[in-house]
Amino acid sequence: MTMDDGLACQTLVELVTDYLEGALPPTERARFETHLAGCGSCGHYVEQLRLTIKAAGRLTEEAIEPQAREALLAAFRDWKSGKPNA
Amino acid sequence: MTDFADDAQLVDALRRRDEAAFAALIDRYHATLLRLAQLYVADRAAAEEVVQDTWLGVLKGIDRFEGRSSFKTWLFRILTNLAKTRGVRDSRSLPLSALFDADTDPFEPSVSPDHFQPPGSEWAGHWLIAPHPWNEQPEDHLLSQEVLAQTRSAIAALPPAQREVITLRDIDGWTSDEVCNALGITETNQRVLLHRARAKVRAALDKYFELEQSR
Repeated sequence: MTMDDGLACQTLVELVTDYLEGALPPTERARFETHLAGCGSCGHYVEQLRLTIKAAGRLTEEAIEPQAREALLAAFRDWKSGKPNA
Repeated sequence: MTDFADDAQLVDALRRRDEAAFAALIDRYHATLLRLAQLYVADRAAAEEVVQDTWLGVLKGIDRFEGRSSFKTWLFRILTNLAKTRGVRDSRSLPLSALFDADTDPFEPSVSPDHFQPPGSEWAGHWLIAPHPWNEQPEDHLLSQEVLAQTRSAIAALPPAQREVITLRDIDGWTSDEVCNALGITETNQRVLLHRARAKVRAALDKYFELEQSR
């Protein structure tokens, strides 16, 4: 943990999303990266967040209920068969 | 989500009256539409009607859809217009912006303040209880079914606006622009909601791994 970046760990954890989203101004970004390079604990924190994002990425939305799907496809067939305002 | 074709290809096929293309669009967007509709209207039944009307609106309008915006933007604009009208009729007229603002205020720390050295101490603001690697397993083990179930329930427990943003961004893989458009919120607001949502889910997973390791 180095002190010369002037960034407290408690501040860094609130900047992580801005950092990952590319929303930090260049000087802030450099400070963030300097801190991260010297602070293993903050490194673990950022890694945990990366895994959190990855876990969410493995989830899927619930599937549509078959009945609702069938009703929509029936509406599609009405529309296709020339009832343009079905 | 699976991407066997992009939206533009599906839209072209839908214009040619290809039923499989319509089915694919339904499978791709229905759950998201339904969840979003529920932010505007009184109950699930009303939301289902709004989503049904949205799909009918797609069929009605697809031949006139010029592709100046993306299909996704167009689709969610149809939904929000219908849902707002319905919400007003059901006198649930809380503007969505109020819901999204309420969730960003007041400040919520990502990590409990007692995990840091207190103000006034020499190392103020630096870790007191430092985060540890979740375990030494390869990443695939870290993302087991159990961990995914924990992730799902942590997301389900979030306040609605935070839940919506993390779902669109991290589950559905939307860009921040797409989320801002669909929800009518600013870039900054979107980022705050995403930040808080991710921080809470991380904290929930951290608690879970801590319990696992102490077993």
